[in-house]
Amino acid sequence: MKDFLFLFRGNGTPSASPDEMQAMTKRWMDWIGGIAAQNKLGDRGNRLFPSGKVIKPGNVITDGPYSEIKESIGGYSIVKADSLEEATELAKGCPGLTVGGTVEVREINAM
Amino acid sequence: MKQTELIPHLFRTEYRKIVAVLYKLFGIEHIEIAEDIASDTFLLASELWGLKGLPENPTAWLYTVAKNKTKDYLKHHSIFTQKISKEIKYSAATFHEIEIDLSTQNINDSQLAMIFAVCHPCNPAETQIGLALNLLCGFSAMEIANAFLTNKEVIYKRLQRGKEKLRTEKIKIEQPGLSEINERLPAVLLTLYLLFNEGYYSSNQDVSLRKDLCFEAMRLIYLLIENTYTNTPAVNALFSLMCFHSSRFEARINEDGGTILYEDQDINLWDKELIEKGEYYLNLASSGDELSKYHLEAAIAYWHTHKEDTAQKWENILQLYNQLLQIEYSPMAALNRTFALAKANGKKDAIAEAEKLNLTDHHLYYSLLGNLYTDVDNAKALEHYQRALSLTNSNSDKVTIGKKMEEVMSKLLERFEFSKS
Repeated sequence: MKDFLFLFRGNGTPSASPDEMQAMTKRWMDWIGGIAAQNKLGDRGNRLFPSGKVIKPGNVITDGPYSEIKESIGGYSIVKADSLEEATELAKGCPGLTVGGTVEVREINAM
Repeated sequence: MKQTELIPHLFRTEYRKIVAVLYKLFGIEHIEIAEDIASDTFLLASELWGLKGLPENPTAWLYTVAKNKTKDYLKHHSIFTQKISKEIKYSAATFHEIEIDLSTQNINDSQLAMIFAVCHPCNPAETQIGLALNLLCGFSAMEIANAFLTNKEVIYKRLQRGKEKLRTEKIKIEQPGLSEINERLPAVLLTLYLLFNEGYYSSNQDVSLRKDLCFEAMRLIYLLIENTYTNTPAVNALFSLMCFHSSRFEARINEDGGTILYEDQDINLWDKELIEKGEYYLNLASSGDELSKYHLEAAIAYWHTHKEDTAQKWENILQLYNQLLQIEYSPMAALNRTFALAKANGKKDAIAEAEKLNLTDHHLYYSLLGNLYTDVDNAKALEHYQRALSLTNSNSDKVTIGKKMEEVMSKLLERFEFSKS
């Protein structure tokens, strides 16, 4: 088994009502729970706050690449799979995909 | 209580207390001396009480005799005494002044010290469980063998190896310090959890023996609750879990020792007092930030004390299983989670998830699929139940699966009749 990082982007829908947000949280929990039930969850990971800083060469500090909400990383998880294909298959159930988000799947190259 | 019943009763309740104090006094190197003294005390009781009748206070009598026998032993084994005197922290010159403290406080402290010694991870889990039953609960190798459905020699060897390991690792029988408690409590809890499960999920048909195992596990956990330093949220959660589970003990076992499924249980047989106790300790368990797997399992067991199917119940159970699986995967939790998923989100979702579980060597996996496909595709349901049947050796499982197959079969026949008409 190898470890794969899921990077979730643009999954937030700021206009969601409390009920919609609760329903979305349940779908996330069910999805992560389903991966855990296959014994393929490495680390549930975390969500990230939307604000942040980006440091560029020459001490240039900006308020993050958040002009485009689609590019913003909203969270991450780590899954266990035998291949990139299998990990990608797991990612297909991500609830973020239904609200215009994306999942980037990357194999972790352990140091 | 008649005299013939009193000695076995006192043996159950007092032997372990006396022996724990003596274990602590003599150290792990010499546990058989402690056992000999405690056994001799009961032997003398059964001889003398038969001849002269019961003493006024039988328990106090036992304590006095055990104390005197210990002092005599130390007197008559001066070489030994010199050898171990350092360990028992008394000089040979003063051994006759040794106070053998059989106060409730010292008994509890000694038992606690023994729990930590016995549940030391230097031994594998099954050995720890055996040692706990033998050293903490006074079970003989024979009784343990009966409980584990194995033969006496296997258990005897396991116990010997376990004791030897404790000796070579120089495990101390002493009140654990705070940092040691934090470090080793999880291993202790795991052993007591497994001990309980051994009784609760065993296929052993001796129901009273299974109850004994559960009761012993609860008694030991309760010792941890009584001690301020080990009275942690996880300990309370585990005790709560055991209360909830035990509340269904009578309802879930039929006369032949077979399992009665949750859905078929008679609520009137559930022990209300234990359910209330479970709720009480679950509340205490919620006092900190810690969320252990015992918290989650206790909360799941709590929801199962509500027999009625409600959306809220199954949604809660599903989310608790989702969390539990993130802390620790187990095939049982994965199967139960999928069952809860069917109840909360519908069978279609659950079938899709079940197909991914890959637990194809387990009869419960096919029983679950059989259950999920019932009324969705009864022919498939029947196939899965057949697979389940071929994978189990347990008679009570076979009876349960057989009943389910009959139900599905009659559904299939109904349809057939309907399509003809």
